[in-house]
Amino acid sequence: MPVTDRRILLVLALVLAAFPWGVRAVGAVSHYLDVMVFAGIFCIVNLGLSLLMGFAGQISLAQAAFFGIGAYSSGILTVQFAWNPWAAMPMGMVLAGLVAWLVGVPALRLKGHYLAMATLGFGVIVHIVFNEEVRWTGGPSGLVDIPGLSVAGTPLRGEIAWYYLVWGTVLVALVFCLNLLHSRVGRALRAIHQEEKAAEAMGIPTARYKVQVFVLSAALAALGGSFYTHYVAFLNPGSFDLMWSIRFMLMVMVGGMQSLWGAVLGTVLMTFVGNEWLQVFADYEVLVYGSILLGMALFLPDGLVSLKSIPVRGWLRTPRSSTEGTQR
Amino acid sequence: MKATARWSQGMAVVMLAVALMWPCASVNQARAAAEEYLIGAVFSVTGGASFLGEPEKKTAEMIVEQVNKSGGINGHPVKLVLYDTETDATKCNLAVKKLAKHDNVPIIVGPSTSGESLAVVKVAEEEKVPLISCAASYKIVSPVEERHWVYKVAGSDSHVVGKEFDYMKAKGIKKLAVMTVSDGFGASGREELLRLAPEYGIQIVADETYGPKDTDLTAQLTKIREQKPEAIINWSVGPTQVLAVKAWRDLGMRNIPLYQSHGFGSRKNIELAGGGAEGVLLALARVNIGPLLPDNQPQKAVIMDYTKRYADLYKEPISSFGGHAWDAVTLAIEALKAVGPDRAKIRDYLENKTGFVGQHGVFKFSAKDHNGLGKDDLEMVVVKNGDWALAPWK
Amino acid sequence: MDSAWLQYVFAGLTTGSIYALVAIGYNIIYNVTEIINFAQGEFVMLGGLLAVFFMEGCRLPLPLAFAAAVLAVGAIGLAMERFVIRQARNASVLSLIIITIAFSILLKGSAMFGWGKDPYRLEPFTAGGPLLFGGAALQPQALWVLGLTAVVVVLLSLFFRRSIYGKAMLACADNPNAARMVGVPVRTMVLLSFLLSAAIGAAAGVAITPISLMEYDRGALLGLKGFGAAVLGGLGQFSGALVAGLLLGLAEAFCAGYLSSGYKDAIALVLLLLALFFKPEGLFGSSEAAKLKRF
Repeated sequence: MPVTDRRILLVLALVLAAFPWGVRAVGAVSHYLDVMVFAGIFCIVNLGLSLLMGFAGQISLAQAAFFGIGAYSSGILTVQFAWNPWAAMPMGMVLAGLVAWLVGVPALRLKGHYLAMATLGFGVIVHIVFNEEVRWTGGPSGLVDIPGLSVAGTPLRGEIAWYYLVWGTVLVALVFCLNLLHSRVGRALRAIHQEEKAAEAMGIPTARYKVQVFVLSAALAALGGSFYTHYVAFLNPGSFDLMWSIRFMLMVMVGGMQSLWGAVLGTVLMTFVGNEWLQVFADYEVLVYGSILLGMALFLPDGLVSLKSIPVRGWLRTPRSSTEGTQR
Repeated sequence: MKATARWSQGMAVVMLAVALMWPCASVNQARAAAEEYLIGAVFSVTGGASFLGEPEKKTAEMIVEQVNKSGGINGHPVKLVLYDTETDATKCNLAVKKLAKHDNVPIIVGPSTSGESLAVVKVAEEEKVPLISCAASYKIVSPVEERHWVYKVAGSDSHVVGKEFDYMKAKGIKKLAVMTVSDGFGASGREELLRLAPEYGIQIVADETYGPKDTDLTAQLTKIREQKPEAIINWSVGPTQVLAVKAWRDLGMRNIPLYQSHGFGSRKNIELAGGGAEGVLLALARVNIGPLLPDNQPQKAVIMDYTKRYADLYKEPISSFGGHAWDAVTLAIEALKAVGPDRAKIRDYLENKTGFVGQHGVFKFSAKDHNGLGKDDLEMVVVKNGDWALAPWK
Repeated sequence: MDSAWLQYVFAGLTTGSIYALVAIGYNIIYNVTEIINFAQGEFVMLGGLLAVFFMEGCRLPLPLAFAAAVLAVGAIGLAMERFVIRQARNASVLSLIIITIAFSILLKGSAMFGWGKDPYRLEPFTAGGPLLFGGAALQPQALWVLGLTAVVVVLLSLFFRRSIYGKAMLACADNPNAARMVGVPVRTMVLLSFLLSAAIGAAAGVAITPISLMEYDRGALLGLKGFGAAVLGGLGQFSGALVAGLLLGLAEAFCAGYLSSGYKDAIALVLLLLALFFKPEGLFGSSEAAKLKRF
């Protein structure tokens, strides 16, 4: 991991550690901790997606499905089979990874819009299964009374405990992904993104790497799903539909696909935008949300992190110059 | 990595920090007027269940304005703190937490749907804030020992199913075809239909489902026709319940009576079916049929008053969903009037509330029953000449 | 006799032809710009709602209301190209996907403000009860939908094969730079493609509203199914879109009838995935042509 990343990580960890005290001091935003727990859960989901989209250059509209597979694995195993939640969690990850591998092998041979359609179709199918398998999933009425998590015998209660658990996990996952990016695999992924044919000609097993990243992103999403399940203690299929896959993709896009930091930034920002900051607009919220997205995609297609490297003057003059290197 | 990357990524972190610490401007206003009584509300004003949330929001706003015009609650002005959940469980969960912790409301009305309600039951219990859900699922208030703080004002599906099965029994119907929409509303109804049918000696001969955005239901009804049922019951809300009526008419199946859920209880649905809804049967809360009630019926006065005010203000007819909000908000106001903005006292007040005359019935809450309604709070109606009429039992 | 299968055929063809019209809308824009316009479903929704507005708000007779709705949505399509898409000429696929999704959110949000959340109905184009064929009922309006689809397909084929504009549009798709060099006004063609595609979507919307009602959030699902049909048929292939749309509609109807009505969407999608896995360029697409495309 380069020094820069290490420093940012350190700063991020400090900011995150101090955050609960910060919001407490400003009483008006004390409930931000609740939003941050969800933001953290979505970060876990989106780190994998960022690897897949930003680095391997593959579109996936199935992330909510893997999120759901993790969530329902945890929910079903703990409610119907009385498993320990900590044992159900890795099961969900394995299951999601397995499904991702089965789907990924044929699907990742597709490109562009065809890949988008295949992942989208798969996501919708999984959502239908959640809806229809009433005996296991509770169907559209949902799965209720899911047990919470406990650490060393004490149940995990209150937002602070959840906050540290979730964001601790995010940091661990971040370190893992950063290390991965600066390994042989990471270099290979970027080669695939830039010119897949050339990468193949250089002897990089592109198909294998793409599937591996897909599996990793699915497993991470499933982990996020497990946390979600035990935090909310209720599941219904509505939380895992196509709209959510699109939302996850948007979060990553807004932050900036080419950077894991962008994924974290975008996720936190969009979680606050979607759940908190736009509420003052009441009925007009949906229009404001749409306009923000449109504006971002038009004028800042590389996400917020791209603001860094373009001097403000140049950015104003040629808003799209930065995209040229990253086409297709 | 480029040389500029360092400061820029540093800036990203700073931006992240700034974003997180961002104090919301609107926040301090809630504290400004201290003697205001707050009522928290979470409704699905947009999203999949917006047809519930929209009239609920309008009704809640209307009642609060009305109360404030007549001098507030014991002189305290009332303020409705309303959040749109967009029919999303995650958003609803956050909204309820915000109402409980940040806005510090003494009572919350809503959410609109069963799924969202179930997603916030735990929050209400942990935050110890009374919550009056406007959704139907019995799971919202059962087991009642674990739902200390949670109430609901919508009748359970079992009441509606029970009422309609009573009627079918009276009509000698033994073979029933069931068609339900695959969302929370339909699934919950389907569970109750399948569970209660044997008790009434009814056999389910077909069990079909469809999606909430399906454009055509002739395939499902054709399959049902093959099973030769003596009656069909459709359980959905939104456009699909009208599509079911249209397909039933187009396929020439009028000789098999079509029952609907209480979700059909809006005159708009009769209009949308374009004359096709004649003869459709359903169990309805009295709120929908105010003018048909005899004058000595205890609910008649409140229902007619609500019907008129709502129509005057919004230039559209009331719906049974708005009635739920009427019941919930009015209960909240009565509780505030009686015991003031104290969460525990409000909870105890609600638990002991009996004889509350609402839009959906005369509520009798108790420690064992946090719903307070029964199947006697419903009437069987039939669509006749483009309007509701009380259905003849003999 | 068992007439159920015939009923499923009718149901499948009706919904299928709507999917086909939506898919054709995708194809027109894709052919000229290689963009997938995820707002396509919203054009259908707007067409239906605007027709209701022109008929009941402005008291126009049906043919005029139909034309007015199609023109109005066409104008929205034009505006979308001129003020949004043109700003993003060099954007990546993902950015373009986001842009069109964002635009569809805006359209849906505006429709919610304009019409509220309740569904609306439209009288069938011709009065009269359903036609009976051996126990299976067919609504006259379904014939209108099928007829409209047939007319659109025929006119479009003529347009692209015979007219100079159509040929120019196809040339833009093959190679925009070369087309520009031989004097084809590429920008106009792109504009035209958005106009056409929005208008066709709107026509589909007007035609199905009497059957299925219309409300502000109907667009997304129609868009999804239409996209499925477009991909299944091979992106850019008009005849492919037609066949694939009808196939998807029939598959759904028969699954609902004979297998499981809850899983009908899933089964249609499984078919789609299998088709993609074994013939990645779609049923009617050629793999050579697919390689030439940027996306």
